Amino acid sequence: MASSIPHRRPRVPAFLVSLTLFLLAWQLLVTLSGIPHFLLPAPLAILKTLVNQIQTLGLHTAITAFEIIAGLVSGCVLGIISAVLLSSSRRLRRWLLPLMVISQSLPVFALAPLLTLWFGYGMGSKVVMAILIIYFPVVAATFDGLRHTSTAMLDLARTMNASPRTILLQIRLPAALPSMASGIRVATSVAPIGAVVGEWVGSSQGLGYLMLQANGRMQTDLMFAALLCLCLLAFLLYTLVNRLLDRALFWLPDSSSTATFHTDAH
Amino acid sequence: MNQAPGIKLDKVSLTLGKHSVFQDLSLHLQAGQWHSVLGRSGIGKSSLLRIIAGLQKPDKGAVRTDTGEPASTHIAYMAQDDGLLPWLTARQNIQLGPRLRGENLQESTAQVSELLERVGLTPWADALPAVLSGGMRQRVALARTLLEERDIVLMDEPFSRLDAITRDELQSLSFDLLTGRTVLLVTHDPMEALRLSHVLHVLEPGSPTRIQSMPLATPAPRPVDHDEITAQLPSVWQFMKSGSDLPVVV
Repeated sequence: MASSIPHRRPRVPAFLVSLTLFLLAWQLLVTLSGIPHFLLPAPLAILKTLVNQIQTLGLHTAITAFEIIAGLVSGCVLGIISAVLLSSSRRLRRWLLPLMVISQSLPVFALAPLLTLWFGYGMGSKVVMAILIIYFPVVAATFDGLRHTSTAMLDLARTMNASPRTILLQIRLPAALPSMASGIRVATSVAPIGAVVGEWVGSSQGLGYLMLQANGRMQTDLMFAALLCLCLLAFLLYTLVNRLLDRALFWLPDSSSTATFHTDAH
Repeated sequence: MNQAPGIKLDKVSLTLGKHSVFQDLSLHLQAGQWHSVLGRSGIGKSSLLRIIAGLQKPDKGAVRTDTGEPASTHIAYMAQDDGLLPWLTARQNIQLGPRLRGENLQESTAQVSELLERVGLTPWADALPAVLSGGMRQRVALARTLLEERDIVLMDEPFSRLDAITRDELQSLSFDLLTGRTVLLVTHDPMEALRLSHVLHVLEPGSPTRIQSMPLATPAPRPVDHDEITAQLPSVWQFMKSGSDLPVVV
């Protein structure tokens, strides 16, 4: 283990140091300046609320997590299928591509009240919101990847009598994976926005709902605790997706350098 | 392997955009020999190869084997870009054909190991293309081509990205392993064509392109300092440049 190599001390990840310093400064600021608790609670107070209300927070976190993951999975699947269809038909591309680009100029947040009206106050409208927000980045990235398959590979496959379906599944889709992965990474980082905005507009559960409620009752410490949960949730989700994508892209020469959040210093 | 068939191009015409590349081009590639199509970049060499491979449809004319079948059913194709799939190991890339046709991979396992041995890549069997050098990658591509067991092998400048020494080694290896098949190599390098070919086909600049064939007298492959290479190089060079008559071989 680490002790068997005497000259290499285990290093503390740099970000833990900066985080500790930040929290320390925050705690000091609140203690020394006497800012009212409802304006800015101290980190220790937030921690206390987190521990005391862990059940409530856990429940709402689970709801939001479900909405994000359901939105992410369906959005990615829909996006990839759309990109495959778009890349396989020039006519479809001519009809739909301009429409999709124009639709992107519409702020998704403006649609949130409408979605609540259509899909209700439950999880449905939040999942749809997340899907809407991630759909386009996934389509664009996947479509781009599919369009740039190397002609050498395609020629080769054709001279080997491969069927169009085989070419899609065994060559074009894997070759589009690096590009698709960057779309999925973007999707993973924006999906929580979709779910939480959806919850703000109208809901009876979820972290967005909890934050809104806590804010209304001046329970700023609870609000910060919910924010912390959301932060952790988003971070864990991103790390997980990033790991999965890196594993799928084992063959890229520099697959590990594409990861943005590498906190595990060796 | 049975005697490989030759290829007959019958009055092939091709227009790309407004540019007439070939007009009524006829060419006979004799069976079991190494043919090189030589010409400057952009003259239509690759188009010719793609027509024979069935990747490009000519506007007119047909490409058939001596036996009258469509040539594209007999060919294996090897291009300048090795076309290795970066997510497959060397061994898996060699098996690309069976893989894409959904054949049982077990059946060709022994043959793949033998091919790996013949191209000298046994220690690299499970390496991904990213860690292989350019020469090694083309050796994988060569093994993949050989596994297809086609009578006709079409090569589109497969050696052009390699350094001189590696190129020389790979040319000799390819020549040995492809003996008996009908080979058509497209190249812009007169030296390479003169080293390897039984017959040289030189594309003459102009629109549409004309082609002149020139059988070489001595057995191939020839070492780089071979007399016939030294003798023919200047005139082949001149022809590629401006298109005069090729010397008649006695």
